[in-house]
Amino acid sequence: MIVEQITFYIFAVITVISGVLVIGSRNPVHSVLFLILAFFNSAGLFVLMGAEFIAMILIIVYVGAVAVLFLFVVMMLHIDFSKLRAGFTRYLPIGCVVGIILLVELILVLTTGTVDFNIPKNVISQIPNPEAISNTEALGNLLYTQYAYLFQIAGFILLIAMVGAIVLTHKKRNEVKKQKISDQVNRDPNTAVTLHKIETKEGGTWKSD
Amino acid sequence: MISTLFLTQLQILINEAMTEFSAPDYLPALPEIFLGGISLILLTIGVFVGNRITTLLTWVTSLVLIAAVVIILSLNINDQITFGGLYIADTFGTFMKCLVLIGGAITLIMGMSYVKNEGMKRFEFPILILFATTGMLLMISANDLISLYVGLEMQSLALYIVAAFKRESIRSTESGLKYFVLGALSSGLLLYGATLVYGFAGGTSYEAIGNIIESGDLSLGLLIGLVFIASALAFKVSAVPFHMWTPDVYEGAPTPVTAFFAAAPKIAAMAVLIRVLIGPFYDAFDQWQQIIIFISIASMVLGAFAAIMQANIKRLLAYSSIGHVGYALVGLASGNEEGIRGVIIYLSIYMVMTLGAFGCVLVMRKRGQMIENINDLAGLSRSNPPLALVFSIFLFSMAGIPPLAGFFGKFYVFMSAVNADLIGLAVIGVLTSVIGAFYYIRIVKIIYFDKPKDSFDKPINIEITATLTLTGIITAFFFAYPSPIISGAAIAARSLLP
Repeated sequence: MIVEQITFYIFAVITVISGVLVIGSRNPVHSVLFLILAFFNSAGLFVLMGAEFIAMILIIVYVGAVAVLFLFVVMMLHIDFSKLRAGFTRYLPIGCVVGIILLVELILVLTTGTVDFNIPKNVISQIPNPEAISNTEALGNLLYTQYAYLFQIAGFILLIAMVGAIVLTHKKRNEVKKQKISDQVNRDPNTAVTLHKIETKEGGTWKSD
Repeated sequence: MISTLFLTQLQILINEAMTEFSAPDYLPALPEIFLGGISLILLTIGVFVGNRITTLLTWVTSLVLIAAVVIILSLNINDQITFGGLYIADTFGTFMKCLVLIGGAITLIMGMSYVKNEGMKRFEFPILILFATTGMLLMISANDLISLYVGLEMQSLALYIVAAFKRESIRSTESGLKYFVLGALSSGLLLYGATLVYGFAGGTSYEAIGNIIESGDLSLGLLIGLVFIASALAFKVSAVPFHMWTPDVYEGAPTPVTAFFAAAPKIAAMAVLIRVLIGPFYDAFDQWQQIIIFISIASMVLGAFAAIMQANIKRLLAYSSIGHVGYALVGLASGNEEGIRGVIIYLSIYMVMTLGAFGCVLVMRKRGQMIENINDLAGLSRSNPPLALVFSIFLFSMAGIPPLAGFFGKFYVFMSAVNADLIGLAVIGVLTSVIGAFYYIRIVKIIYFDKPKDSFDKPINIEITATLTLTGIITAFFFAYPSPIISGAAIAARSLLP
């Protein structure tokens, strides 16, 4: 138990610190790297909660795709981040005021009991037994049986996204040199190569005709 | 709390899946499976053959859409739920799907020359339209919030792409981007509402939600979820106050795409709105009726006033379509069988008129250049009398002047409102349609009485002529033989209500 708690606090503290550093660090590349650190530690937190599937997805999708994409954007586009941050101190007071108002409102809503967020009794009909089956197995069982229909449509959506990216950005450029295997194979060796007999000591002055 | 709920739901589903999972019944979804399969085949052919096959692919795609109509009508399935409750096939769906498919097929055919002339001749165009139409069919048939969302995303994603399809034109790109950003916002609203509903109802299927509300436990969370879902769908049908994207997107997108936007997705989204409100949320009628009445009045008023100052015909038709959505929502606000029948009739007629009007816009071309100014129509009655006549028929019909089709659409909708004791709503509807008649008839005046300018390019190609003839005849002579649409709509409405 104590080990679990220690692990939780390690992951939690690192997540919070790296979260602060994402917005705090001057170099945008460092920000993205701290973001990746935050993702990894949140994945650790998910594992502690017993949600190993979400932990894996977090690493695969967020670290593997999203963060790397951010990194590409940051490095490829020369965005002047110091300029973006120029008004920070000027807008800090009003930002704080808005934040505090929101916080007070949230606390009011949650504590005064004006809003009844209780779920009706007949909604929860069965107590699940998470020990009986693991997350990943459960999702796998459902995804390819019950939800196969949705799985197929999701495939179609991805296909449309791909077609869209190609339609909207792909340009056929004629000036680019490309390798055409068929042209290379069909070339006649008799016309492609000529052999010349060059006399000794005349190599330096010889010219092709 | 939410995670416990999730696990509960999961556990129930696992038990079901493990004990009695068997292959679902594919037959009710045959039209969608057919369209999906064909779209993949056509895409493969397109990739291998290249852009020279575009015209052929467009014809094939429109034939495929018509073939899907035939499949749907020959299956004629009533009330069958499959794929573990995710999909429903009923008469209401059949009717709406046929409308969407016919709308898609007609826009593809009449847009063919535009696609060729404006440098949009790439084979992906018809295939993206096919994908979008498939998404709309899935959306209409959704019987669960998740399948509703994936169907909606499938159609929207394809639509964002076709809006920006003319990528060398800044306006088209801008409209695509605008549509994408705002569409993503509305998807976010829908998802947020869906999570709230899921959390407070304990399930995503329409049946589960309906059971919870029927038992009288309309919790606050469920109500907030309902408002979010209704707002997201109001965005998709472009009802006020979620209409801001419509004029810009309609103006910027290539004209055939605009015609498609005005016809197919709007009808599909309206069908979804009806199915969601009349299905799972039926017992929360008192709550959502207020929302529908408000957006209906707001749409009618804005559609009537904002269109008056427009100089661009596509922008004008965008505002006009906002107004039409308002009129259709009047029927939904009555919430009974008569009202739903009115909406279905209205949408059918609206689609025919809109396709015709956009067909006329597609003809507006001088010396090879597309033009969109209303003043360019001046003296059309001299230079091309048949076109002037047919355009005027559509405009008069949109204004709701008897005996043209548009009058009957409004008549059924307003009658249902009066019978449901919504007399105020009906009166506002009649007043705004009188105001709206001003800008429709102003165009007729420009066509018939203004000094002629140089005429449009001739000859008008055969596809557009055929479309205009067909839609013109339906609009003008609807009163002579209205029974197929009216009785069909009645059967569809009856299948929806409990």
